[in-house]
Amino acid sequence: MNEDTAMNTLEMVTSGRVEEAVEQRTAFDDAIIQVRGLSVRYNARYAIKDISIDFGRNQITAIIGPSGCGKSTLLRSLNRMNDLVPGAVVEGKVLYRGIDVYSKEVDPVALRSRIGMVFQRPNPFPMSIFDNVAFGLRVNGIKLSKDELYRKVKEALEKAALWEEVKDRLDAHAYSLSGGQQQRLCIARALAVEPEVLLLDEPTVSLDPISTAKIEELLISIKKDYTIIIVTHNMLQAARVSDYTAVMMPDENLVGRLIEFGPTKEVFTRPRDRRTEAYIAGRIG
Amino acid sequence: MGDQVLKGEGDVSLKRAATRRKVLDGLVPVIASIGVFVAIAFLVSLLLYVVVTGAGRLTPTLITDYPSANPREAGMRSATLGSVFTVGLAGLICIPLSIATAVYLNEYAGNKWWSQVLRYNIANLAGVPSIVFGVVGLGFLVYGLGLGRSIIAGAFTLAILTLPYVTVVCVEALRAVPDDQRLGAYALGATTFEVVRYIVLPRAMPMMLTGGILGISRALGEAAPILVISGLLFIREDPTSLLSEFTVIPLQLYSWISRPQVAFQQLAAAGIIVLLAILLALNSLAIYLRQRFYRRLEAG
Repeated sequence: MNEDTAMNTLEMVTSGRVEEAVEQRTAFDDAIIQVRGLSVRYNARYAIKDISIDFGRNQITAIIGPSGCGKSTLLRSLNRMNDLVPGAVVEGKVLYRGIDVYSKEVDPVALRSRIGMVFQRPNPFPMSIFDNVAFGLRVNGIKLSKDELYRKVKEALEKAALWEEVKDRLDAHAYSLSGGQQQRLCIARALAVEPEVLLLDEPTVSLDPISTAKIEELLISIKKDYTIIIVTHNMLQAARVSDYTAVMMPDENLVGRLIEFGPTKEVFTRPRDRRTEAYIAGRIG
Repeated sequence: MGDQVLKGEGDVSLKRAATRRKVLDGLVPVIASIGVFVAIAFLVSLLLYVVVTGAGRLTPTLITDYPSANPREAGMRSATLGSVFTVGLAGLICIPLSIATAVYLNEYAGNKWWSQVLRYNIANLAGVPSIVFGVVGLGFLVYGLGLGRSIIAGAFTLAILTLPYVTVVCVEALRAVPDDQRLGAYALGATTFEVVRYIVLPRAMPMMLTGGILGISRALGEAAPILVISGLLFIREDPTSLLSEFTVIPLQLYSWISRPQVAFQQLAAAGIIVLLAILLALNSLAIYLRQRFYRRLEAG
């Protein structure tokens, strides 16, 4: 636990909000990812600076904030997807189960099979529904019999609440699905690899409200098995699905900063930072 | 009635009028299309001349007979075989090499300065006159490596000649693969090789093959570098090995055209028809492959 959170906890205890303080503590003791003093720059320009945050196991944490506040950069630095961006440099530490994921011995490929990711726009591969879900299993070299593979694909599709809609046409091309179905297929594809953490980068931004609701439901239904971190533009979505909420905001140099982090209910009802309050009220962003 | 329609409430008028900008707007496509018509007219007259001159001489014996001093008995059997072997071999060398180069440049090398330098150099090589490649081939392959004036030397020269162009197309093909596809695969724990093998290459393949086929058809029409490599030969036997001497269709045509007799002019025209037919077939194949791959990709 770092100093900031200790201070916050102290503040809660002294202000009489003991219950929440305790709740927050439990979550932090069970943190699966700890971010410490993380800064990311693209060439010379910092996108985020000095971010420290814990992500609790089997919790849904939402990262919200206005455009350009570095939400996606923070998310991408958790499973080293930033490595693929030319010019990206990461400073500080990201600990996954206590392992510094940026240390030289860590294989980013192995890391990404533990920390999966779903993107803004659905990006199914141009192959059948079945092959999309099986892709991760195949490339990760997991030797499975046909039956086992089928079972795993089915399981992943069930978790992603897509099985009932596609069970009769697993061989159909993924592009024959609707946008919302494609995004659930992408979630199924990520889950099939059996990651521990699932990162979602504004997964519903291109979807209609009904598809969005389906994805939110499915996220809540799978959180007992996964740790979920979701970047969203949509504050109502954060309020609906998340247990914890982190608020990011660009500072005067347009560098993204973490300005608030706590249980979602508290962040939305009693924000500590005035900018959070303004953002939630719709006055910023 | 027309006036009623054109005069709306409050005197809004939508009536057509010949203002300056309207006239200009109408004139531009006329001017812009002049170039197209000039090109088409030129092409059509060329085709007409060739067909009218050569049609009578277009018989199967044209490609089954060996060249001869007697135009009535002459064919381009040895040149056709030479073209098929050198160009085919050149394609087999050039296409895999181009794909590999492009994959390296686009998927592995990243934006490092030397990969940029390589990229620009390859693009520049695509504009080097083909005779230069012929001279390099002559010095390096024919004499340097001692391959002689052989099919293999010709094939390598043509392969090197088409390599830059095909590589440029292949790089473009790779760049056209959306990044979210790569990221999606990386996020599932795929290695760069797996991303390239299963995601990027299948998507880029149609455009790469198209580029390869267009490269081959360019090689098929090349006379200058082959002239340097093989010399102007009168060959009356089939090639027996990769080290055999050879000639190609464009060279055979050149040697016929340079003769004064009308019968040889007709023979050359007939040969041109054959060459054009092969080029057309290759280009159609490129289009067909592209369509087929895209259909498979998009609709499944």
